Amino acid sequence: MDDFYRDYILDHYRNPRNFGRLEAPTVTAEDLNPLCGDRIRMDLLVDADGIVRDVRFSGKGCAISQASASMLTQSVIGKSLEEVAKLRKEAVLENVGIGISPTRMKCAMLGLRVLKSAAIGSLAAWPDEE
Amino acid sequence: MSTLHFSERQTRQSRTALEIRNDFPIFERPTARGKRLVYLDSAATSQKPNCVIETLDTYYREYNANIHRGVYEIAALATERFEAARASVARFVNCAPGELVWTKNTTEAINLVAYAWGDANLRAKDVILLTEMEHHSNLVPWQLLARRTGAVLRFIPVDPRGVLVLDDLDRLLDGCKILSLAHVGNTLGTISPLERIIPRAHAAGALVVVDGAQAAPHLSVDVAALGCDFYAFSAHKMLGPTGIGALYGRRALLESMPPFLSGGDMIRTVEYEHATFNDPPWKFEAGTSNVADAIAFGTAIAYLTDVGLAWVREHEKRITRYALQRLAELEPRGLVVYGPKDPERMGGVISFNLADAHAHDVASILDTDGVCIRAGHHCTMPLMQRMGWIATARASFYLYTTEDDVDALAAGLEKAARIFKV
Repeated sequence: MDDFYRDYILDHYRNPRNFGRLEAPTVTAEDLNPLCGDRIRMDLLVDADGIVRDVRFSGKGCAISQASASMLTQSVIGKSLEEVAKLRKEAVLENVGIGISPTRMKCAMLGLRVLKSAAIGSLAAWPDEE
Repeated sequence: MSTLHFSERQTRQSRTALEIRNDFPIFERPTARGKRLVYLDSAATSQKPNCVIETLDTYYREYNANIHRGVYEIAALATERFEAARASVARFVNCAPGELVWTKNTTEAINLVAYAWGDANLRAKDVILLTEMEHHSNLVPWQLLARRTGAVLRFIPVDPRGVLVLDDLDRLLDGCKILSLAHVGNTLGTISPLERIIPRAHAAGALVVVDGAQAAPHLSVDVAALGCDFYAFSAHKMLGPTGIGALYGRRALLESMPPFLSGGDMIRTVEYEHATFNDPPWKFEAGTSNVADAIAFGTAIAYLTDVGLAWVREHEKRITRYALQRLAELEPRGLVVYGPKDPERMGGVISFNLADAHAHDVASILDTDGVCIRAGHHCTMPLMQRMGWIATARASFYLYTTEDDVDALAAGLEKAARIFKV
């Protein structure tokens, strides 16, 4: 677990990428982890072809949830909503690169769940339970 | 564990804590990572002494039988032990056995009052008074009661230290039919001054429900002296098993209230179209009771009584004072302690945060060294919002907590500070 708190994780935690809100998002979703109250919102700007052109996330939470969401946003632009909807938990786990304990899996998956919810227009399943 | 080093600098009382630990088998086992278990989450649930575990085992091995109806020997024995446990728990909080209802836990006890008393007695615009620091279990049942009856909720405020502000109490009590509040707050450890609050609530015509989940394990509770109308608590936070709790209710109130859950065991007579009900407390105990856990709750009470609540309280004050001191040493690293910070005015519960590290991350780092603390909102989301906190880390103590445990907490926090570079 010490391993998880590598410099790049703490960097994403303290300097999250694509952080904030879009002025006129095409789709948006928000959810919280009821276990800890961590909260994440994802705004997507989607063009007529269904391709994500811009993304912002906002929220508060632990280093794992915030860094996972931050890293996720970096790989979203240029993807179709269909592709976003099909993202699996590995998309996050490969980003963070370190093993996540079962007790912290929901923290890591919160951003992806919210992102997928925005893509499908309703609350997505927890990616680790699919 | 550096027992020798430990015993050299400890008082006689702390050596008693070391002796007490010998009664708890969980402390004999290392964690999965091979560390000493440093258990600082007793506010969530306490560990269990051998005698409680053995009571459960003996019941199932030697006299498992349903109570109150069987005519045979082991059924009679089970019934006798079950009712003897009720008498022990009743004596522990100074009420009559007939005023002590078994419940699943504190939450169910509060729900019992909210449904059985609340639905029968509250009308639209009646006031339900709570405090801003209540656990969700002493908030949500009242929200639902308010929705069913049209009653309104009011809240006694807390100041930034988490201390109740009573300046406006009489105004808040105007129109109030029921006041429900924690004896000890679960997030900040604040002890409510019940002796000042209850008489004023009664003078205003309100009943008083006390959520004693965090108090009954740690303070000597006397419901007769307090004068409260209901007092709810859980066995699992006071050395007993999960799944059993108790509600003290003033006899006249229990008699006047309709049942909560219904079915077998709570009836006197049943016909096809209607039924009459048993006397309290059985009127509120529908279905087969949690026999084994109730009996083991009695054992836990016997153990606590033997140690003595006065000693438990003094020990926890000593540990809390030591922990506040060790945590204060980490202030230069950005550690912030919340709550009253005064062992005389709080239970053995300390909430804190470390710089900009999220409490969950801190708890995960501590976990790698076998240190168990809680992180999050502690089922007090409105309090967190009121205080502007996203989450806090919480360490909580009990009769088996030692200064060594506190040192392990401090060492873990130093490590977390290094990892987070604060």
